[in-house]
Amino acid sequence: MGHGSYEDNKKAVWKGLVILAIITLVEVAFSLFGKGYLGIDQSTFTLYFAGLFLIIFSFYKAYYIIYKFMHMADEVSGLRLSVLLPCLLLVWAIIAFIMEGTSWGERRALIENKNSEQVKEKTSFNDTYFMNTKEINNA
Amino acid sequence: MATETLQKSTTQQDAWEGGDKKPFEASYGKIMMWYFLLSDAFTFAGFLIAYAALRFSVPSWPVPDFVFSTTPFGGHHLPLIFVTFMSFVLIISSATMVRAVQEGHRENKNGVVFWMFLTIIGGAAFLGCQAWEWNNLINVEHMTLHTNPFGTHEEAGTYMEGDGVDIKEGDSFTAGEPYLIHNVDGHYHQLKYKTVDGEVKQQAFGPKTFGALFFFITGFHGFHVLSGVVFLIIIAVNSFSGLYEKRKNGYEMVEKIGLYWHFVDLVWVFVFLAFYLL
Repeated sequence: MGHGSYEDNKKAVWKGLVILAIITLVEVAFSLFGKGYLGIDQSTFTLYFAGLFLIIFSFYKAYYIIYKFMHMADEVSGLRLSVLLPCLLLVWAIIAFIMEGTSWGERRALIENKNSEQVKEKTSFNDTYFMNTKEINNA
Repeated sequence: MATETLQKSTTQQDAWEGGDKKPFEASYGKIMMWYFLLSDAFTFAGFLIAYAALRFSVPSWPVPDFVFSTTPFGGHHLPLIFVTFMSFVLIISSATMVRAVQEGHRENKNGVVFWMFLTIIGGAAFLGCQAWEWNNLINVEHMTLHTNPFGTHEEAGTYMEGDGVDIKEGDSFTAGEPYLIHNVDGHYHQLKYKTVDGEVKQQAFGPKTFGALFFFITGFHGFHVLSGVVFLIIIAVNSFSGLYEKRKNGYEMVEKIGLYWHFVDLVWVFVFLAFYLL
């Protein structure tokens, strides 16, 4: 739709295309930077630094596609909110499932450690059981 | 057009336009397309969140710029180049789709058909790229739904044998370095190596879920692209035949398939983020 003239709208499309293409290139550069391809070696800092910006860039691209290409800006606020607000539910889903995944990983590591532990003294169930009954009988 | 609508009472004919008083001032079809896209967004979000949970549950994950570093025509060690090209193809096809919708508003039949034709070519090109990528992963690198030959070293060491491609005997590596277990004649060859502590080990397979997640999520997206291309073709043919010129709401079908097509591009932004960038 758009409110400008046909020529303006036409220009806006190519402007949008250039913006999205440049952001994509910057994203790839950030990703490679985070993985240690562009000079600085990979570290937890570069990974998280790049990751933060990658997420921000991706959400900007999403905003641009929804508002400019899908013309969400021209819809009334009721439609806009009823489509966009439910997506906020996903924020908690993302946090919760990343925590859940981390916990699965910790549990898996714990089980592996327990399985590889060496048992020092071997006492069978019967020995313990009969020893205890003897002690009780003696008492 | 406005007088036409006023003349008709709010009978069944108008139900598809949302009646006299349109909810959200949009037609029934467009509102429903938005809600369909919302529900589809939740489906994709569910997949990508499952990916995140499983990725966080293992100590190491295949390094994307190592896994996705081959291009057609024999390109090797070119991290992310091919997928960046694929993203461009999709973004460009999204822009040509906006142009088609604009021409639809002007009731310019030839313009609509021309720009939709370019969009269809973009969609088909993206599917072609994805087919190449899948073929490379399945038939060349031998990744399956449950076997993931892309591993990552968890400690430093030295190889005791070579694979005849990238790794030579005596090559040393550091912790965090990725590797591909080559498959020759139907057998995976897990190379032996000596860790810095002198222990002899062999390359372990990568996290099992990687293949299933990759093929399901990119496959589900690819299926959306494929059905998008099919609908684009149908609507382009309808436009060409002059069907929409006769309709009261003109080229609204082009607008609706446009919404769907941009959504496919939107999902790719996040698939690209999760699988290739992070």
